[in-house]
Amino acid sequence: MPGARFQELAKLLPPDRWLTRPEQLTAYESDGLTAFRKRPVAVAVPESADEVIELVRACHREGIPFVARGSGTSLSGGSLPVEGGVVIALNRLNRILRLDPVLRLAVVEPGVVNAQVTQAASAHGLLYAPDPSSQSICTIGGNVAFNSGGAHCLKYGMTSNHVLGLRAVLATGECVRWGGASREFVGPDWCGLFTGNEGLFGIALEVTLQLLPKPECFHTVLAGYRTLEEAGDAVSAVVASGLLPGAMEIMDALALQAAAAAVHADYPPGCEAVLIVELEGPREAVQIDRIRLDAILAGSSPVEMRPARDAGERQAIWKGRKCAFSAVGRISPDFLVQDGVVPRRRLGEALRRIVEMSRESGLRCANVFHAGDGNLHPLILFNGREPGALERAEALAGRILRMCVEMGGSLTGEHGIGVEKREYLPDMFNTEEMDCLKRVRAAFDPLEISNPGKMFPVAGAPVLSRPGLHPLEAAGVLSRE
Amino acid sequence: MSAPLEPSTLDELAEAVRSAPRVIPVGSRTHPRLSQVDAVPIGTGRLRGLVEYEPSEYTFTALAGTPVREIKQALGDRGQYLPFDPMLGESGATLGGTVASGLSGPGRFRFGGVRDFILGVRFVDGAGRLLRMGGKVVKNAAGFDLPKFFVGSLGRWGVLAEVTFKVFPKPAASRTLRLDVEGMEGAVRWLREASVNRWELEAVDVVPGGDGVVMRVGGPDAALEPLVEDILGHWPGEVLSATDADVLWGDLAEFRWAHVGGGLLKVPLTLDGMVALDQGLKAAGDVRVHYSGGGNVAYVSMAAGMDRGAFEAVLKAQGLTGLALRGDGPLWWGQRAVTGIEPTLKAALDPESRFPGMED
Repeated sequence: MPGARFQELAKLLPPDRWLTRPEQLTAYESDGLTAFRKRPVAVAVPESADEVIELVRACHREGIPFVARGSGTSLSGGSLPVEGGVVIALNRLNRILRLDPVLRLAVVEPGVVNAQVTQAASAHGLLYAPDPSSQSICTIGGNVAFNSGGAHCLKYGMTSNHVLGLRAVLATGECVRWGGASREFVGPDWCGLFTGNEGLFGIALEVTLQLLPKPECFHTVLAGYRTLEEAGDAVSAVVASGLLPGAMEIMDALALQAAAAAVHADYPPGCEAVLIVELEGPREAVQIDRIRLDAILAGSSPVEMRPARDAGERQAIWKGRKCAFSAVGRISPDFLVQDGVVPRRRLGEALRRIVEMSRESGLRCANVFHAGDGNLHPLILFNGREPGALERAEALAGRILRMCVEMGGSLTGEHGIGVEKREYLPDMFNTEEMDCLKRVRAAFDPLEISNPGKMFPVAGAPVLSRPGLHPLEAAGVLSRE
Repeated sequence: MSAPLEPSTLDELAEAVRSAPRVIPVGSRTHPRLSQVDAVPIGTGRLRGLVEYEPSEYTFTALAGTPVREIKQALGDRGQYLPFDPMLGESGATLGGTVASGLSGPGRFRFGGVRDFILGVRFVDGAGRLLRMGGKVVKNAAGFDLPKFFVGSLGRWGVLAEVTFKVFPKPAASRTLRLDVEGMEGAVRWLREASVNRWELEAVDVVPGGDGVVMRVGGPDAALEPLVEDILGHWPGEVLSATDADVLWGDLAEFRWAHVGGGLLKVPLTLDGMVALDQGLKAAGDVRVHYSGGGNVAYVSMAAGMDRGAFEAVLKAQGLTGLALRGDGPLWWGQRAVTGIEPTLKAALDPESRFPGMED
């Protein structure tokens, strides 16, 4: 590694666990937000929590910026490297340290993949609820850093609602343990504050996750509608009924077209929108609630209703939904995924305005969204080889974000601010509030070495842009949500 | 203690913080030990009322001094509720106090506690600035999650002005069961089963006295009969009448079972530690304990004038921490680990130490 200040760092791991050659670094230059890339000085591959602690302490002593990274699926550029800094790759810290079916918890290292927790829990009839679309590849460390969501947030909350305890090394080198096996705590909610810190406080080394009993019974319905408005009205009717579905998702025509092409998902013909509603619970309750749900949906003028008749049909419905983002990659060379939130009652209005803005900018926009919690995922399609197209796509994305904030919503429901939306954070928080957030950050990281350049606006040159699918995405391994 | 300042607008609240070198927010003092410090109290009682409530959004925003009882009424009128069963509502607890104390009731078993339903806060920091953090929509990941950090903050980070919560539709009906168990071992066996079973219980508690497990199940009315039958097939017990159920949950929420004039502690724990804690506490003196949240928390009431040392020793021996809600003893009992970041972060939010510290 170049430079004297890296020498102390270099000594902490054997040479074969430092990646420094250009061809080794390429894979780490970018994450799920492929429009941005930066080359780190080196990538460290620690194998234990102690090694991570020593690396962070050395970075602190030498003032070297670091970026923790799991599978690099961030859609907001959360794990984009820092120039002149190192990447700490946590994939080898991938042990499930404890799985306690009685206390219903798992203690895991940060490199454990989300779906592996679910798999391990499943053997005991338990479930890890947060289910981002990238769950087959994204890691718990990244989920904690960005407070990841998924399709079941309305009922079960986000990652932070499932983190019971944390062991972490802060950017100052301090090691902390917060919370533990109990679902209750006294004193301030440190785990709550740490979750969603976007890597700006430090690195989680051990995470205690709550597990839930698997729902006994599901009732999943796919309903097709002639217009997006009708699908939105159906969501309002379900909400007004007092039912609490586990998930309510909408896909628009362009997203349906993409999913149909990618996984041969079969949707009712002639539909501008498809709504997926899922009930879950003890069989006695679901048997009664499903009659009400079916009646509400039947009264919402669907073109067609398809209740899943068995587990296979349910899986097929979800497969089409969860692949939607990467599927869009098949109908457009490039796309940007947005993650704004609007009050649910303004969904219809928000979608109409997105259609108008998309028409004005001359770019197509596919919509996939968590209708139950007003979380929109507009996918802006563009061709990066066309001069100015990326800039137009980014401008459209910015207009959509500002609209969400104006409507009383949020810049991000689950992807985080990262690099992508950092210039927009002051739209949500005034100067004094921004100052408060910065003071909190400075308490954890006075040197600004832990994932700098994320969340807060940065003056200076924009990062390099590169259009195109992430290599993992092109291979169908990674999907964006 | 000085007479409380009683601001009636948010500007006056900010002014109140700046008016004295040391201040402490108080609601209706339903957990008096938490604010029993040498500081000028800032009462939030005049900051009262719903600011926004849109049932279709599953959210509401209210001023911090709004009584929980009023909120429950307003939500109930629209078929909604706070699933974590806020405590001490009939005793006058405020929303701000509910957040700052971090107390959740028996219903936290199903969907989580105060921390899992708070979405946003407005607060006045130590420099007298009125700041908004979090959001008003059910899903939001922008900025650090300071709203959660106010849960259990005991008024030490600042004074809450306004809070936004997520709410859920209230199940159409519910049933409360009391099960026959033998001793604490029997209760723990039942809690273990209830915790992983398919029934999706709303609450599973062990009532003070030690040999009664009570639980609540909610859902569509017609589903509850077969569910209850299934549960009672596993374990003998009885279904309480609606009136008896209301009295039972009301007594638990208001701590009516606790000693008059004694101490009251909140002690987080796990199912694994229940039997040992129970034995230890009972050997130490005249105590009554309510185990709540499926065995994740114990509320321990001690008779006035009890020997503190013996209780302290039990908690320490089991590595547990207690927070005193009532009584004249220390605020923290047993082992409380303080990390180095805590005073640093406190200074970031309150540079002039206008609010007391966690240890004061």
